[in-house]
Amino acid sequence: MTPSWEAAAVRLRERERWKSPETVFWCAALVAPFVLPDDHLFLSQIAILGLFCLSLDLVLGIAGILSLGQAAFFGLGGYTAGLFAIHVDGDPLLGLVVAMVATSLLGVLAAPLLLGGRDLTRLLITVAVAGILYEAANKWSAVTGGVDGLQGIVIAPLFGKIEFDLGGTVAYWYALAVLFLVFLGLRRLKSSPFGLALAGIRLNPQRMPALGVPVDRRLTVAYAIGGAVAGIAGALLAQTTQFVSLDALSFHRSAELMLILVLGGAGNLYGALLGAIVFSVAHHLLSEINPMYWQFWMGTLLILIVLFAKDGLTGGLSRLRDHLWKGGTAP
Amino acid sequence: MTIVFDGIALGMLLFLISVGLSVTLGLMNFVNLANGAFAMLGGYVGVLLVNRWGVPFLGALALSTLCSLVVGATLERLLYRRLYAASHMDHVLFTVGLIFVSISLAAYFFGSGVQVIELPAFLQGRIEAFGVGFDSYRSFLIVVAIAIAAALQRILTSTRFGASLRAAVDNPRTARGVGIEVDRIFTITFAVGSALAGLGGALGTQMLGLDPVFAIKYVVYFLIVVIMGGPGSIRGSFLASMSIGVFDVVGKYYVPELGAFVIYVLMLAVLVARSRGLLPKFGGRS
Repeated sequence: MTPSWEAAAVRLRERERWKSPETVFWCAALVAPFVLPDDHLFLSQIAILGLFCLSLDLVLGIAGILSLGQAAFFGLGGYTAGLFAIHVDGDPLLGLVVAMVATSLLGVLAAPLLLGGRDLTRLLITVAVAGILYEAANKWSAVTGGVDGLQGIVIAPLFGKIEFDLGGTVAYWYALAVLFLVFLGLRRLKSSPFGLALAGIRLNPQRMPALGVPVDRRLTVAYAIGGAVAGIAGALLAQTTQFVSLDALSFHRSAELMLILVLGGAGNLYGALLGAIVFSVAHHLLSEINPMYWQFWMGTLLILIVLFAKDGLTGGLSRLRDHLWKGGTAP
Repeated sequence: MTIVFDGIALGMLLFLISVGLSVTLGLMNFVNLANGAFAMLGGYVGVLLVNRWGVPFLGALALSTLCSLVVGATLERLLYRRLYAASHMDHVLFTVGLIFVSISLAAYFFGSGVQVIELPAFLQGRIEAFGVGFDSYRSFLIVVAIAIAAALQRILTSTRFGASLRAAVDNPRTARGVGIEVDRIFTITFAVGSALAGLGGALGTQMLGLDPVFAIKYVVYFLIVVIMGGPGSIRGSFLASMSIGVFDVVGKYYVPELGAFVIYVLMLAVLVARSRGLLPKFGGRS
């Protein structure tokens, strides 16, 4: 008889294994710009949104910290990258690193405020932190441009060679490459002991300290990493659009992000990406008809998800797969 | 002095609108961020009645309160009820969804401009008392809010309904066992909260400005009121609303550069200070 920890290890290794639908997914991302040659800018926005959503998936889906203020990091990353490009250096990769450092710092600073509270308190604190940053960016217009947004960002060529083009082709490959690297990192993190500890904290916060897990430290690190990922996403948006607006910090953006994550399904990383794709495409199509309708459908969708489909698209898909699979093998 | 008076009037509006949130959160453990949407509903109904159909102001107030009451009760029966046992995150998602829907509906029917209810003659101008002139609209607001606060406090602490509500919250199963109709009590409580929000919305168009984003614009204020006052406490909400109103108006008057900064910092400070005390006052259904 195998000891139970061995069985658990086998299960974990199985979960960690790279599966064929994943290859299909990323191949589709590689093929997409050739299928849609005129929409590279749009595709790059989807990749950035996917990256932003991954940050919430780490914080909320894996670590279970209810955050409705992820825009704080997104905006800070965007403004940092933009200001860095204007005042210091236009190199995009250097800009990403600076934005990442700044946002993870914010994460480390803000985390202690969160640790004491429970769900609702945490949620409100994240809202308040994002609100403070929003107001700061709004009032400090000498530096941030206030309501007009941060303009005049000039980004140097990638690696000193590849110029960003107007059609967004370089922007897409750049964003996709960053997204893929971050994704690999998070995928690794999720099945590492660290990621498993986070899942444990989410599922049973009382028990983890008893097992010797330093809960506060784990959550702080998770929140900081989540912040850094959101900051990278914001920096990418600033670099590829050469513009940062107050909207990047708004409550609306945080709420939208949460919608995207629950739409896709939280906690499995692909839900975040799938949600970002479906959301962006739906937004694109419906906004063309009328922007007001868009908000109506988004709200309705949220209500329906909460009432009927708690695990989102990826949950629905895997249930469908189980259903078909069982249906196929049933005698 | 007038500034403080303005602040108190703003605080009273905040109280009317957020007391519903306080009750649903504190007594029913439901995070109803869409409370502002009910206020917006009341505001738009009021605008429609007074400006388009020429209904007298007080009648319109009553009707818009009634309208929010009915809509609140209907939504509670159809939707909210299913989520009482769900997590706070589901509450937030659901009510944010409601906010989005209400914003787009308001914009669809009324356009995105700011609407204002025309005040009747007796609420324009000023009242002279103790040698100081009081704006009569704001005085009216304050009187109404104080009356409602007193009534609510009394209902909750010393009537049979209040006792049943507290029993239903403390232990729904036992409450059902002794013959209290828990579902009905929750519906009524929720509907009354929505109605008060609607009344606040209709009364407040002059001070708060009514446009489609109303439902989301003041959410932070309502939340701070509830947090500071302690969820479920009428007296707490009342005092918190008043201090926030004064704080906000005075702050904006003397240091306009800070703007909403003050409010967010205040919210953060209160949250962190009370992070362990943010529990429903009478014990929730968790």
